[in-house]
Amino acid sequence: MLAKSRARIGVALILLFFSIAAVWAETDPTWNQASSLFKQASFDKTREAADLLAASSDPQAPLALKALLEGQLYQHKQNDSLAVLADGNSLDASTGQALSALNKDDYRKIPINNTLRKYLRSKLGGLSLSSSDPKVRLASTIGLLETVTPEQLPQLQDLLSKETDSQVKDALYLAIQLASLNSSDKASKLSALNALEGNLNPIVRNKLTILSSDADSEIAKAAQTTLRSIENKVALNGQLETLFFGLSLGSVLVLAAIGLAITFGVMGVINMAHGELIMLGAYTTYFIQKLMPNYLDYSLFLAIPAAFVVSGLMGILIERSVIRHLYGRPLETLLATFGISLILQQLVRTVVSPQNVPVSNPSWMSGSLEINSVLSLTYNRLYILAFSLLVFAILYFVLRNTNLGLQVRAVSQNRAMARAMGVRSARVDALTFGLGSGIAGVAGVALSQLTNVGPNLGQSYIIDSFMVVVFGGVGNLWGTLVAGLSLGVINKFLEPWAGAVLAKILVLVFIILFIQKRPRGLFPQKGRAAGD
Amino acid sequence: MLISQILKNDRGGQIMLAVLAAVLLVVPVLNLVVSNTSPLHVPTYLVTLMGKYLTYALLAVAVDLVWGYLGILSLGHGAFFALGGYVMGMYLMRQIGDRGVYGNPELPDFMVFLNWKVLPWFWQGFDMFWFALLMVLFIPSLLAFVFGWLAFRSRVTGVYLSIMTQAMTYALMWAFLRNEMGFGGNNGLTDFKDILGFSLQSDYTRVALFICSGLALAIGYLLCRYVINSKLGRITVAIRDAESRTRFVGYKVEHYKVWIFTFSAMLAGVAGALYVPQVGIINPSEFSPLNSIEIVIWVAMGGRATLYGAVLGAILVNYAKTVFTGLMPESWLFMLGALFVLVTLYLPQGLAGLWNTLKTNFGRKREVAA
Repeated sequence: MLAKSRARIGVALILLFFSIAAVWAETDPTWNQASSLFKQASFDKTREAADLLAASSDPQAPLALKALLEGQLYQHKQNDSLAVLADGNSLDASTGQALSALNKDDYRKIPINNTLRKYLRSKLGGLSLSSSDPKVRLASTIGLLETVTPEQLPQLQDLLSKETDSQVKDALYLAIQLASLNSSDKASKLSALNALEGNLNPIVRNKLTILSSDADSEIAKAAQTTLRSIENKVALNGQLETLFFGLSLGSVLVLAAIGLAITFGVMGVINMAHGELIMLGAYTTYFIQKLMPNYLDYSLFLAIPAAFVVSGLMGILIERSVIRHLYGRPLETLLATFGISLILQQLVRTVVSPQNVPVSNPSWMSGSLEINSVLSLTYNRLYILAFSLLVFAILYFVLRNTNLGLQVRAVSQNRAMARAMGVRSARVDALTFGLGSGIAGVAGVALSQLTNVGPNLGQSYIIDSFMVVVFGGVGNLWGTLVAGLSLGVINKFLEPWAGAVLAKILVLVFIILFIQKRPRGLFPQKGRAAGD
Repeated sequence: MLISQILKNDRGGQIMLAVLAAVLLVVPVLNLVVSNTSPLHVPTYLVTLMGKYLTYALLAVAVDLVWGYLGILSLGHGAFFALGGYVMGMYLMRQIGDRGVYGNPELPDFMVFLNWKVLPWFWQGFDMFWFALLMVLFIPSLLAFVFGWLAFRSRVTGVYLSIMTQAMTYALMWAFLRNEMGFGGNNGLTDFKDILGFSLQSDYTRVALFICSGLALAIGYLLCRYVINSKLGRITVAIRDAESRTRFVGYKVEHYKVWIFTFSAMLAGVAGALYVPQVGIINPSEFSPLNSIEIVIWVAMGGRATLYGAVLGAILVNYAKTVFTGLMPESWLFMLGALFVLVTLYLPQGLAGLWNTLKTNFGRKREVAA
């Protein structure tokens, strides 16, 4: 037993020795030659050594060159081995392994001068510029943009002619233009200025700002023109971004309000507990995620129907137990449902927690869609925008084209006549209220992805949702959609010059004034349905 | 006499005012004269608490006037209350003088903190008590007048109006939360020292404020009752019950609505102005929609369109709130919520209505027995 394990250790040691030897053998020639060249301590020889390292395929070589450039490459005075000595950590240059317990006095710094520095810089850039990985090429080209010099022009042009990846091509093209901007030749400067028109890269903008006060008036003028065109484009993109944020906020408002558009708009029931039904939906998402922590990416697909059912059933319960007794007394309904909202809030505080609960975003919702370097749209907002439109479409379809929708509209227009035609109005009431409440729950799932989920979630949306429904015109789904989206957009366009809070206040004041002018909202109901 | 004329046919009001007068006479004596050790002594905090309830009661009377008699469910009366409170708070802030943390004789602490150099124009004049009193009456009624004029003229009614009033107080809450508004932002106005030269900490000042609150309630009550008994009051009730018909008969419904609404807001402002020196702080949370809607439940609980019911409801609900938030803070919102539901479902006339029903039933039984 003992012998066997000893034998095993022996084998392991031998293997270890060979592997180290193998590494040595592989790295030996280049590094050995380089260190002997470095040892001669002449700038020409150092340059030769750098060439040697640059030509090698060793992954450590670029690091050593970088260290050389930054004055951190040292050579051992006795055994000639190369080391990178930076503050605090020291590496063996050829293997990249950490060196411990070394005496800095044993090492000699490899000296370089400015010519060599410049040479090394272009060498290093060239190294990663010609990497086989397009990602590395792109990153290094972009890294080059800030410092690109006219001397690099031939190299860049050469690279551009060989490049196949379109993104890298664009970056290289930009680098060439920037390099010619730095050149002393006026014609190439002007043509570069022309070519850069409409480019959104911030480096270009900085460069142009400097050039627009150039001593040469022609160049300054050209730079100003280009700069103006770029700034126009940036401003346009800024507007687009604001529009997107506005639509995103609007879609949230639409989601929060659309259930209300059913219960308040179609049925005429003031449901102050609507916000809490949204909150229940958000909490359902939280619990579903807790139940299936390993499938977070799919949890939302389960949460949507679950939230619909939870909030819908709660809605039916509220309708059957309280609202049913208060039909035709809207102010009393308002008070009673407000009481329900207090109870639901406190219920969540007592049963779950008074604090916010964490709801995670699935991975497919994070990240953003980059349109260009100044405009990018986050995926979660995009998805929620699409989702709210989808919910709207489904709801619209249900009310237009299904039997339930027909009965709902019949009951809301003329209850007595609908009953005479055989519609069970009590059942329709409960189902309609359940539908509106269920939609509120679904909105809660979407909101859980954007805001904090806590007992006060509903409260913060209830007034906004009522505003949307009233603004859009009660009893009109299209009105709710248009009102929600436009209020969101107005809010976001006001924000830059008024601040977020003032924008909110201004929107509220705007609605209050608007209602004075058009008490029935944007799209008032016409005909008999409007009678009250 | 005028008062007995006003209170004719108002048994509830007579009882309520009699009880109020008794409390106003007895409590100060029990607080100031009876020694600390005696079991009959009323501690100062209790006096202040009762003073607070009395301001709430005045607020409830103001809401009852517009809801019970004019049919407007205002979910924004808390805004008028808070505005009155802010006006009084501004006076009290100016009274602090150089005793603040930063010792600036001119600017309140929060302005020094925000690096403001001069007093904003809308803070001018609030060092004078008479001006502050005028503003207590003027500011809330101005808001009510503008809002009412806009809303009633374009015939916004019912639920729409309720939601608009709620939006109004919501917008004001956000506005007062901003530091740039110059009202102390989130923290509001606090750290008051004295009023008219009397320290707010002294027992005598507190008792005086308590008596003022009681008198304000009594005067406010009598004024409302006077309005309701007058011809104006009968038109008000007519508007509540049949707005279109009143309009067709030839009354300018909007004008009546605006004036009653403005008067009610003024009462709410006075209540707020008395509330602030007693609780010692005013901040934007007073504007929150929940506060305004709570007032409505006091009125509903006590009984709409009775005025004395509003007083009863405000005091009962707030007493319950004090007791239960002390004993089991968790349960208060459950109870308040349940109160909303149960009162609207089973007690549409409130406690006053319940009393009247019992009385008539009892009377009928006696008649049958005889």
